[in-house]
Amino acid sequence: MIIDAWLLLDLILALLVLALGWASLASPDLKRGVTLFIAFGMLLALIWARLRAPDLALAEAVIGAGLTGALLLSALRDDPGLERPGGPGRDGSGWWLGLLTLALAGVMGWALTHALVWHPNSGQAQAIAAALPESGVSNPVTAVLLNFRAYDTFLELAVLLVAVLGILALGPARPAYRPAGPVLAGLSRWLLPLLVVTAGYLLWVGAHAPGGAFQAGALLAAAAVLLRLAGQADAGLPGPAARRWLLVAGVAAFIAVGLAGLLGSGAFLQYPAGWAGSLILLIESAATLSIAVTLALAFIGGRQSEIPVSPVEKESTPC
Amino acid sequence: MLSSSLIFALTGVALFALGLRGALLHPALLGRVLAINVSGAGVFMLLVALAYRGPAGNPDPLPHALVLTGIVVAVSATALALAMGRRLRQLEEQADD
Repeated sequence: MIIDAWLLLDLILALLVLALGWASLASPDLKRGVTLFIAFGMLLALIWARLRAPDLALAEAVIGAGLTGALLLSALRDDPGLERPGGPGRDGSGWWLGLLTLALAGVMGWALTHALVWHPNSGQAQAIAAALPESGVSNPVTAVLLNFRAYDTFLELAVLLVAVLGILALGPARPAYRPAGPVLAGLSRWLLPLLVVTAGYLLWVGAHAPGGAFQAGALLAAAAVLLRLAGQADAGLPGPAARRWLLVAGVAAFIAVGLAGLLGSGAFLQYPAGWAGSLILLIESAATLSIAVTLALAFIGGRQSEIPVSPVEKESTPC
Repeated sequence: MLSSSLIFALTGVALFALGLRGALLHPALLGRVLAINVSGAGVFMLLVALAYRGPAGNPDPLPHALVLTGIVVAVSATALALAMGRRLRQLEEQADD
């Protein structure tokens, strides 16, 4: 049998992603592990594009590879303690845990192969395609996120809010970065406007093409991370009061639209006929701002008092 | 029957197991966070592979939406885990002093 070219490409991609995942976890040097993980994220974005999921490819490139990598690298810089061995699992009991996960993977792979061969997947694709004209948008992924399963997205924004509240409650911000040299400063002057405009474009285009609130919010957050790396301690975010409003904007827009639907048509998050497109854009705009501020604060890593100098300085000098 | 769906679904299972093993056995806290991210990527890959309908068919958008929310939740959970790890180390250092 001749293997066709697509399958050959798939096999190469699959082997590469496994090798990168393995190497990133097996590397004794965590800095190298994190760098390999960033490459792993970029390869994932490529695979999402190959599997015809361009919305995911965009999100993975910004979040999975970009923001997660930046978070892990900044944690490595500030907290050498995270590299130290700690917790259980260091004794000789490792081999049977490895054996158990291998057995689990074997059973799962066996079940999956049988399911795929004997029950070709049906899924919800037809139902979604049939209901798409009523959803107010023509990008099916946005329709699922903001209309058919808006409840999921609403609660997901609540999860983000809880996570960032946890981060803010855990302590002061990470130390800021020193002012950028001429190369990074010049680069960020070029990149920042481009990032902000692209975020606005992705938000708008998400109604009928790959894009949407998540990708746009993540891109805005990437702009904030760049600003912080270039030496601006507040990452370009507004003051504490405005930050709080921006953090809850997404959840608040969802609740307001949901309650209006409850009063108007008797069901929570039921959009009135003809209004779905505008309401989705309203919610997405608020969600974009919330996601951007949430992810930027996650990178800053804690509460920012006026000048977070004294406790942080103490902590970074070894004693 | 080898298909693209099957290749990537099995790769997803392998990544999940790889990440699970790392999350249980990696010596460093940060390594465990890294491993949980790898195993999450495996779950995402399984979902996206099952949504794939060949080069001609339109993929199922429902798993795509789930994975999109999953990617965003994963990064915020990672940030929370790192903040908790940092606080843990601070408390340990205070206890040592």
